[in-house]
Formats: sequence, C-alpha cells, structure tokens
Amino acid sequence: MSDKPKGKLAFYWAASCGGCDISLLAIDEKILDVAEAFDIVLWPCATDGKVRDVEKMADGEIDVCLFNGGIRTSEQEYMAQLLRRKSKVLVAFGSCACEGCIPGLTNMNTRQEVFDTVYKEGSATMPENPQDVRPQPATKMPEGTLHLPIFYDTLRTLDQTVEVDYYLPGCPPEAENIWKAIVAILENKLPPKGSVIGLNTTVCDECPRTRGEKKIKKFYRTWEIIPDEETCLLEQGLLCCGIATRAGCGALCPAVNSPCIGCHGANDGVADFGARLMSALASVIDSDDPDEIRRIIEEGIPDPVGNFYRFSLAASQLRRKKKVVRG
Amino acid sequence: MADKIGIYVCHCGSNIAGTIDVEEVARWAGKNIEGVVVSRDYKFMCSSLGQQMIEDDIKNEGLTGVVVGACSPHLHEKTFRNACKRAGLNPFLCQMTNLREHVSWVNSDKAAGTKKAKALIFAAAERVKRQKPLEPMEVEVNPATLVVGGGIAGLQATLELADAGYPVYLVEREPSIGGHMAQFDKTFPTLDCSACILTPKMSEVGQHENVTLLTYSELEEVSGSVGNFKVKIRKKARYVDEDKCTGCGICIEKCPRKVIDNAFEAGMGYRKAIYSPFPQAVPRIPVIDTENCTWFTRGKCRVCSKVCPTDAVDYDQKDETVELNVGNIIMATGWKLFDCKRIPQYGFGRLANVYTSMEFERLCNAAGPTSGKIVMRDGKTEPKSVAIVHCVGSRDVNFNPYCSAVCCMAALKFGHLVLEKTKAEVYSFYIDIRTPMKEYEEFYQRLLGEGMHFIRGKVAEVTDAARRPEEHGKLIVQAEDTLLGKQRRIPVDMVILMGGLEPQADAKELGLKCGISCSMAGWYTERHPKLDPVATMTDGVFVAGVCQGPKDIPAAVAQGAAAAARVAGMIAKGIVTIEPIVASIDEENCSGCRICNDLCPFNAIEYDEEKKVSRVITALCKGCGTCVAACPAGVITGAHFNNEQIFAEIDGILWDANPQAEVEIASV
Repeated sequence: MSDKPKGKLAFYWAASCGGCDISLLAIDEKILDVAEAFDIVLWPCATDGKVRDVEKMADGEIDVCLFNGGIRTSEQEYMAQLLRRKSKVLVAFGSCACEGCIPGLTNMNTRQEVFDTVYKEGSATMPENPQDVRPQPATKMPEGTLHLPIFYDTLRTLDQTVEVDYYLPGCPPEAENIWKAIVAILENKLPPKGSVIGLNTTVCDECPRTRGEKKIKKFYRTWEIIPDEETCLLEQGLLCCGIATRAGCGALCPAVNSPCIGCHGANDGVADFGARLMSALASVIDSDDPDEIRRIIEEGIPDPVGNFYRFSLAASQLRRKKKVVRG
Repeated sequence: MADKIGIYVCHCGSNIAGTIDVEEVARWAGKNIEGVVVSRDYKFMCSSLGQQMIEDDIKNEGLTGVVVGACSPHLHEKTFRNACKRAGLNPFLCQMTNLREHVSWVNSDKAAGTKKAKALIFAAAERVKRQKPLEPMEVEVNPATLVVGGGIAGLQATLELADAGYPVYLVEREPSIGGHMAQFDKTFPTLDCSACILTPKMSEVGQHENVTLLTYSELEEVSGSVGNFKVKIRKKARYVDEDKCTGCGICIEKCPRKVIDNAFEAGMGYRKAIYSPFPQAVPRIPVIDTENCTWFTRGKCRVCSKVCPTDAVDYDQKDETVELNVGNIIMATGWKLFDCKRIPQYGFGRLANVYTSMEFERLCNAAGPTSGKIVMRDGKTEPKSVAIVHCVGSRDVNFNPYCSAVCCMAALKFGHLVLEKTKAEVYSFYIDIRTPMKEYEEFYQRLLGEGMHFIRGKVAEVTDAARRPEEHGKLIVQAEDTLLGKQRRIPVDMVILMGGLEPQADAKELGLKCGISCSMAGWYTERHPKLDPVATMTDGVFVAGVCQGPKDIPAAVAQGAAAAARVAGMIAKGIVTIEPIVASIDEENCSGCRICNDLCPFNAIEYDEEKKVSRVITALCKGCGTCVAACPAGVITGAHFNNEQIFAEIDGILWDANPQAEVEIASV
C-alpha cells in the first residue's frame, strides 16, 4: 500500500448522532493503515479540515467520501452536493445516510411540531422561552444579517439528495465491516455501483437459535418476558426484525437474548423494509378470527412505526406522514 | 435487444368501442410508448383474422412482445398466447389487458374510459418489455387413482375407471361402502328400491380386479402433485382379520351386547357390539365397536372370538398406515344431515313423534327396524295424520341459506309412501316446491292427485300444547298459510322434519389436505361453477357428488362419471404440463427463517434441515404468490410476477401522474 501515492479521504456527518464517527475509530490500530493510505482531507469530528478548502478542490479530487447522517437542513444538503461533486466515490455510511434511521422518525411530524416540542414544550433544551423564539433562516441585527441553515420539514436520505455509489449499513456499521469496505476500496475490489457493501441474506442466517414453523398467538414487548436462549425469539412472540434485516452483524442482538431491531435495513430486492416485515408477520399470526387478530396486533405492537420503520421510515415508499395542506 | 412491441386494441364489436375511443388509444400508444413498433385496433381480435394479424406482425416486424387490450384473460389469454406461439414468439411474452370488464362495461364516460384504457395499455407494454420467456414443464401421470368416499358418486367414479382398466383405491370411512343411498328405501321419482339398484354396484366394486377397497379407513395425508401424489391412509383396527374372516356372521349373531345404531339405522334400530352395518355390506367383514364391546370395556366375554370358525377375531389389532402412490384423486365425501335439534321449536328430541327425514327413511324401509311398517315411537300405532316440514335448516338465514335440492322430492316420496301404506292424511308445509329435474314435476302432480295436502308456509312451531279439544294428544304444527293469508294449526300424529344437507364435519380439514377449498357453506369449490364443475383449483384433484354441493342421485352419479372421465383422460394422455408461473427461492440468500414454511396452501415449500434453507417444490407450486409476499428477505421470486415487472406495470398505470408530489416532499 505504501508505495502508491496517497489517496484523499473525507468523512462527513449530517443528521446523525456521532456514533458513526466513533465506529470508524473502532477499527482500532487499523486506522493507522487508513492514515497511511489516505490523506484525510475532511473529518470535522477528528481533524481540522475546512469546508472552504474542499470548495477549492477540483471536482473528483477526493477519492472516497464516507458520508454519515441524513439530510435535514439546507447546510447538510449543500455539503452533500459539494462532497458529491468533489468525490470519485461517495459511500452512504451507516443507517442515517442509507435510510434515515432514528432522525428519520421525525418524518412522522412537521417542522412546526418539532419546533413546538423543542422550543415550547421542551424542558431539557429550552427551559424557559417566554417570547417563543424560533430559529429563523435570517435574522437582522444591527451588525448585519445572521443566517441559520433552513430546517426542512422532511428528512431525506443521502440518495434522495445526491447520487450514491455504495452503501454501508448498520447503526453504526460494525468495525469489521468498515474494515472490509476500506480494504475493498483500497484493493479496488468494489461490487457494482449502487450496491450495498455486505451480505445479501438476513440476520436469521447468522443467528444460531433453532427455528421451526412459525405460529404467533401473542406478541410480547421485551420487558414482558425473559426469552428462552435456544429458540427463535420471534417464535417466542418477541418482535424480532431479524427475518427481514440484512445480515452482517453476526446476529449481535439475538446473541444477547434481545430481538433484532433492524438497523442493517432491508435485503436487496426489498423496496420497503417495514411493509415486508409487516407482510411476513401478518402471515404467521395464528388466528383466522379478525377480532382476535386485531387484539393480537393492538396489544403486542402498540407502536407499529417504531417497530417496523425504526430505521427506514425516510427511505420507505411513504417516506413520511401525510402533511396537512393548509388552505 | 431493443424492444419491439406490438399493441392490439380490440373493439369487441361495440362492447369496447362503445365507451372507449379505440382508434385513438391505438394511435396514441403507437406514438407515445417507447419500443412500440406496431399499434392497431381491430373489430374482433379473437377472430382468426385478428389472430392472423398478430402472427403476421410477429413474423414481419420481429416483435419481442405483444399486448392485447381486449376482454378478460380468463376468456382469451390462451387464444392470444397460442397465436404468439404459432408465430414463434414465446407465449409468455404476450400480455392481455382487460379493457372490457375493467373499463368499458363499468363506465359510460367515453373520455374517462379512453384515458383509463391508455393507462392500462401503457402498463401492459411496460410490463411485457420485462417479461421473460417461460417453458411449461411436463410430468408423467401415475395411472392409479384414489377415490375418497364410497357413496354412490365415489362408486360410480371407481367403476368407470376400473372398467377402463385403471387401478383404483377406494377409501371409505365406514365399515361398508354404499353411503347414504344404502339407507334409503325408495328413490324418487321412479320409486324403485334403492338397495336393489345400489347393491349390484357395491358388489361389483367389491369384486373388481382393478379395485383395492380400503373400508373403515381415513385419508390422513396427501403430498406430491398432479400425476404423482403420495397419500397416507389410516386403516382403523377392525379387530377382525380381513384375510381370515369369511363374513359368515356368526360372531354378530352370538354377540350378547346390543347397541343403538346411530349410524346406519339413524338411531331407529339396534346392532351388536361386533357388527356389519347392513346385510348387503361390502365387504362383509364386521368391526368391533370398542366403546361398547364387553371385552374392551370390562375385560370379559370374548364370545365372538370363541365362536369364530376361522379364528379371525384379533383383539390386539392396531391401526395401520398404508402409503399409496396415485396420479389423481377424486373426492366424493358426501354429506351429513342437518342436526334438527338445532331448531328447538320443531321439537325433535323432545317430542317423541317428531322424526328426522333419515329416521323416516329407516322407518319405511322394508329392511329397517319395523320391516317397513309406518308406526309411531310406541312401535305399533299407525299415524292417522302426518305433517312433513320442508326446509329444516335450509333456505334459512339462521342456519343454511342454500336450498338442499333434494328434500322437496324426498318429502313427496314420503307423502306417497305414507298414503300408500297407511290411511293417514299427509300435510306438506313448504316454502316453494322445487321439482326441476326430469319427471320430478310429474311426480308432484301425481301427489296432488293422490290427495297430499300442501300448505305454503314456513312452520313456526311444532308443539304438544293443545288449545282446542281436537288438539289434545296431538302434535300441533303451526304455520302461516301464505296463500290463504292466515295462521293454520294442524293437529297431527307424526311430524317429519326434512333436514337439509350439510357438508361433512371435517370436509374443510380433508379438503386442505389435498389443497382444495370450500365455499362459504362448506362445499368443495369447483374450478369453474359452469364450465369446469368437477375439477378443482388443484390439478389432479377432482370432486364428485354432494361434497361439491347438494344434488340428487342422478346428478351425483353423473359427476362421479364425469370426474372419472377427466381422470381417464389424464391417464390416457400420460403426461401433464404444468404452468411455469411458479415461485422460486434463491437458496444462496435464504436465511432459513421459516416464515414461508407454513403458509403455502399447496404444501409446496419444504425446509432443508441440513442446509437450513427453504425450497419450493416446483411441481406443486401454483404460483399464487403467498410466499413471495411473505418472504421478509425478499429472496422468493414469483416467475412472471417479479418486482421489476410489477413496479413497471404500476409506473405504466401512473404514466400521467403528477410528478409534483416528489417535489413537494423535498420542499421546505
């Protein structure tokens, strides 16, 4: 590796929690190999790169940009477009960039409702706000006009904003998968453009639990039962998303007796993670009586969006809750 | 290869052209849909000239896909697929879109209809571009047939096939074949003796070299598919060795335990604990009823074993499972009588002289418990008046909404027998008299002439609570006479309830075993109610007799023969072609989650324990798509209905949808 001229790497965050930045460090001393192979031109969390330096670069000058986070503000949108232009390879890194993830759940609300929660009802962020001050895109002050990024109503995934070359799933991606992706980039052994770097099967494939034919009479929430450690969690009534979730994590959650929550997103060829999962579960509810079925669902799955679209609402076919058009 | 699509829009006379501007649709499609090289409209696409037009275009233009906008694919998909095939284009590259039932017949606005027709054509064109050539599969047909049910329909089917030289396994749940017809005295409208016409067929089946009789047996499991079914039959323990027993009947004669016979005699007579249901039973080998046998209940007796000259009684016999390979299955599982106790106001079970129709069959049967004498429960008094109540549990929203088809004629037959054998007055309480078959109406006219009284009204109540002196000691039948428009109270000695026909209690369960479904009422669903009445949606499984719906003996016999003819046709041909529209699992990416395993209505999915993946058994798959929709990993694909094809079709339907929606979502 060392003989080759160094490539340029950018690592950027948008609407995300920062976990992806930490996950990159979880590759441990291999980060040194990364540093050896690449000049890190931008990594706001760890280095001192400046946006204006990136702006000055030639188009395509950055070899690889690992982009985490969804697109919630005008500034994030600008950065996505900028880094797209400047990068040869743009990787949607982690669940937020791939499918919106937890920040994407705000697509169940509007900007107005988000602001109400934070600036009016919120206690932690804004204990007192008697004037009901809200962030404004432009605020005129005696010294001049101050600008804040515009906060969008709808969070978009990276590929709903710019063209994405590869996807690395996970919340956050596991260190070994990050390393595999980096090696693939370094050795130029990437799959066809538009691919997810990883496996194309589901978590069940990596889960050692024994599975039988599924018939579910009752769904339990995780605090309601202590599941048996040998049998399939779904068969025990826990809403395990492993059946629909792309493998690659080594079934981490089921291994510690906790149901898969679906952070790796859908498999190839699945257009809508939540719809798939719902359709699969609906098929194995063990009842022919509509009232009983309704009861099983309502009692066991009180928060369907949270269960089925925890990570993928922004990437789903509906994308968001319907907006009320003010007329 | 670039797409070369041909679009053909049918006028269907004025059926389609009346409410759709077909010329405009064809013109528009030719200009606006990418890849379309010919686009035509024609008066009748299904005519030989219309088909020829498609064939010529395929040859001359080198079409890679054909879209026909016409009627329902149910009617003409085969026609157009065959036309494509003749011209050398794979038939699965032909797509029909239904402009008649889906557009012109349900709409009168020509502009709107034309617009919708364009969307449907666009969708079909987008879809057909992504369709793949498919080849039908062929499997050999095992010449053996399983017939389930030894009533008259099953017997007829068995004989037709056996006489044609094909092996038949006939499975019957009861100790003897014969079914309900063996219980009847006379058959309507000819009044010939039921047993006299049935028993020759029974013994013919019993002795036929091509028939293997499995009585006192149940169908347990069906696997495989058309041409090659594997079935498991449980032979219930008779406790009599079939090979040793000669059917001499001495065991029955000497058995000290008498039991009320609720099956064959409908509770009207007795049998022994070791019994054969009736004298002409086939086979004549008796069975031991362990619930009542003194040896089985108290560990004493063994009389039957002691008297048996061939040492055939075997108290240690166990149920036995027989596995058979058959090419086709005929379900002829029959019916059961409506439980008249469900209508308490009619008094059955509470008022002694209220009878069910089956009880009355036994009562007037010469071989029955009274040797055919019509007497009341006391066993000696002849009734002076008899009321026959029609539609008991039939044509009644509280029970079964359907007409049981045979009860009117059976009631007329009963009326005739009562009038013939006694001096009683007979009153028939009917809603409508239904006599549509050959010589049925004539029989009704005959009974009118014989003096049977007909009162048009549904019976409200049968009671013994007298209001007038002449009602004392009688059963009073109360009904509104809808012809006179007033309430009638008729005091009688005996009441016969014409219970309706109901599906067997386990019909649904049994149907599921071989992949056939039931109607709301519980009758087996035929493939087409008019044009394919004995086939089912599962290839190789046929239905005959009342299990498909209430019918009389001639109709049951006709269906038995029809089902046999269909099976014989399959055997004669020797191979069946299977539609290639099937699901397949990408084994490499299947995680073995087993969501799909229990869903398949045709049992076409198996789980490989070793590789930990699920697999579709292609020969069994009907391409219904249940597993495709349920697979959470998206690794099951339905041929001819893959995601790409379906999404292209949706995009096509929405060709003029407002793309503004996308912009709005992205907007601030």
